[in-house]
Amino acid sequence: MFRIIKKEQLAPNIYLMDVEAERIAKHALPGQFLIVRVDADGERIPLTICDYDPEKGIVQIVFQVIGGETYRMSLLEEGDSFHDMVGPLGRPSDLTELPVEELKNKKICFIAGGVGTAPVYCQLKWLKNNGVDVDCIQGARSSDLIILEDEMAAVSSLHVCTDDGSKGIKGNVCVALQQLIDEGHSFDRVVAIGPMIMMKFVCQLTKELGIETIVSMNPIMVDGTGMCGACRLTVGSEVKFACVDGPEFDGHQVNFDEAMKRMTLYKTEEGRLYLQAKEGDSHHGGCGMCD
Amino acid sequence: MTMDMFKRVPVREQDPKVRATNFNEVCLGYNKEEAEAEAQRCLNCKKPFCVQGCPVSINIPGFIAKLKDGDVEGAYNVISESSALPAICGRVCPQETQCEGKCVRGIKGEAVSIGKLERYVADTAKEMGLKPQPAAEKNGKKVAVIGSGPAGLTCAGDLAKLGYDVTIFEALHKAGGVLVYGIPEFRLPKDAVVQKEIENVKSLGVKIELDCVIGKSTTIDSLLKEEGFDAVFIGSGAGLPRFMHIPGEQSLGVFSANEYLTRSNLMQAFKDESRTPIMKAKKCVVVGGGNVAMDAARTALRLGAETHIVYRRSDEELPARREEIEHAKHEGVIFNLLTNPTEIHADENGWVKSITCVKMELGEPDESGRRSPVVIPGSEFEIECDCVIMSLGTSPNPLIASTTEGLEVNRRKCIVADEATGMTSKENVYAGGDAVTGAATVILAMGAGKTAAKGIHEYLSDE
Ligand SMILES: Cc1cc2nc3c(=O)[nH]c(=O)nc-3n(C[C@H](O)[C@H](O)[C@H](O)COP(=O)(O)OP(=O)(O)OC[C@H]3O[C@@H](n4cnc5c(N)ncnc54)[C@H](O)[C@@H]3O)c2cc1C
Ligand code: FES
Repeated sequence: MFRIIKKEQLAPNIYLMDVEAERIAKHALPGQFLIVRVDADGERIPLTICDYDPEKGIVQIVFQVIGGETYRMSLLEEGDSFHDMVGPLGRPSDLTELPVEELKNKKICFIAGGVGTAPVYCQLKWLKNNGVDVDCIQGARSSDLIILEDEMAAVSSLHVCTDDGSKGIKGNVCVALQQLIDEGHSFDRVVAIGPMIMMKFVCQLTKELGIETIVSMNPIMVDGTGMCGACRLTVGSEVKFACVDGPEFDGHQVNFDEAMKRMTLYKTEEGRLYLQAKEGDSHHGGCGMCD
Repeated sequence: MTMDMFKRVPVREQDPKVRATNFNEVCLGYNKEEAEAEAQRCLNCKKPFCVQGCPVSINIPGFIAKLKDGDVEGAYNVISESSALPAICGRVCPQETQCEGKCVRGIKGEAVSIGKLERYVADTAKEMGLKPQPAAEKNGKKVAVIGSGPAGLTCAGDLAKLGYDVTIFEALHKAGGVLVYGIPEFRLPKDAVVQKEIENVKSLGVKIELDCVIGKSTTIDSLLKEEGFDAVFIGSGAGLPRFMHIPGEQSLGVFSANEYLTRSNLMQAFKDESRTPIMKAKKCVVVGGGNVAMDAARTALRLGAETHIVYRRSDEELPARREEIEHAKHEGVIFNLLTNPTEIHADENGWVKSITCVKMELGEPDESGRRSPVVIPGSEFEIECDCVIMSLGTSPNPLIASTTEGLEVNRRKCIVADEATGMTSKENVYAGGDAVTGAATVILAMGAGKTAAKGIHEYLSDE
């Protein structure tokens, strides 16, 4: 079980994998996530589901190497297996619950940043299959970090932007959104998925513009079933568990500053573990944790 | 050996100073000589009150009588008639309020150490390689069991012995429920005890599918309709943590006991080589007074923190097992009783730096007979700390109930099930353990698993 049948490197540190996981593929909907463990001693790593094929029993994940566990995952090859994979977890995007006719009348703009592109693709594809046309802004630091561009363009009106201007609009996703609006586009919903800092700034802008905005939160998690509270966030005046109440929330209600602080909880520890995994016994300092 | 029949044979334990720095089991248990000497203290009462005190009515004088003769196998068989997990229950049951609380010896002296004897029998039986016997013949019927805690394991084991084809579905990547994710190694060794019990259940032919969340990965209805199961038992526990909803609770360094213990136990974060991080606090405040609070406090202590228990009632009302409270005190956990937190303060980076508490006094007894704590006005004070662990109780996860049509729950989100059979409001669906009662005990969950196995067997035999 959980055998990798396809592996692709999308960018210097970003990988895509198709994995056999029958139960997840059969029940998944856009917006949901899964948890993987790379080996018998692995951490539980939450990843948004990027695509699923219920007939073949296959799910697709895309991840960026940011720590020890994702580095280990990147070493797996086609034919290897994950030790564990559980899901689909969390609630599906509320778009999947709206009547298709209503969706067709909505003007939706997706905003994808970094590896957030992959989960956005999942939603775009679902909408396309249901005959709903939407816009999508895809941003990255530079052109070599733009992933899945052809796939994205096939299921949306795609607007690429890069910080350094090496491709598409020069500037971040907020600049791009403002530009689209200045050009005469109008949107009644934005769905932003990407780094927390990006989602925070998108929400600041859309609040000014008065556009309803949905974000997908990815806080620290352990079980992913509501059991531990590690993933708790403040949304409006309430505490929510991202793994069961989310991961998608009304972005204008999310307390991003708190959420970003909570992300730093094990930061130094993670950095240390990454270096340990990468350098093994050859690790000789520099991580700020060892003597 | 000459002995004072009013006193129990003391049990050997790791020295408090030593054990406060390791995760090895605290209690070392009886050896043969000690167990047989303690067994001699049983009066073999005509009317054994201890049996009435046991939620699953183990024939206690019966197994102790075998032990007096040195017949461990006989004693094991007597216990096995009523209990599937003696090595676990001998270690974690609140004996002082159950069997031992009723022991006649306890009136004038110390009660017979029934729990330690049960543990001795179970551990020795294991060393001797004694195992439950699988069914001779399969009956061709399939039962799905949700959750691999004591309720699920027991129900699955009993049904397998009756010839059913049983599959356990477990959400986590490891079987055992609270026994693996909640209760720490120093109280309940995972490999030597829990894993062995799970192996026993597997040796009866029970299959365990890990990484399967019922309500998400599949549903009860599809188990019944598409996967061909004749009945389902829900033993999904009460895993949802509560928070106090006081200011500052979102600060870095505030955890639910569930998170802290899951990191340490399930993910083994207490080991240096573990890849799962856990906060190694300098000064830790654990809020609550139950077994979970004691476990969290003693874990934090072992990871190097000065640890305080903050509890709003007095020592007498602490709901934890007495042995755990005593152990915690000996190890150096500081008890701030009649104390309740009101606010958590964080530094400029969001990390906990202190907690404000108020002093309490006990007022008049309420309907439940417990004296309720009342705030003493003007008694605020601050405890400096860098970590706060909330251990305020748990409730059942609504995941299953919300995805299963026709399954009745009460206002506490507990599944409604018949006490005598475990039957729920939905046909072919049974339930038991913490999912039905709310957070309770291992022995009650095990008892409910047994009851439901019987209920399911009777129901499916009638069809
Ligand atoms: C830290 C701690 C210490 C304790 N100490 C003691 C003690 O000393 N003595 C004592 O008697 N009791 C103690 N208890 C209580 C005792 O552990 C529980 O009452 C008992 O484990 C309940 O058993 P259960 O089988 O009902 O549920 P659990 O043991 O909770 O098992 C439920 C299982 O179901 C799984 N599950 C949940 N939802 C799903 C789903 N949707 N799909 C698939 N699987 C699912 C869970 O992952 C879990 O593995 C303690 C509890 C804790 C947390
Ligand atoms: S990850 Fe544990 S409750 Fe959400």
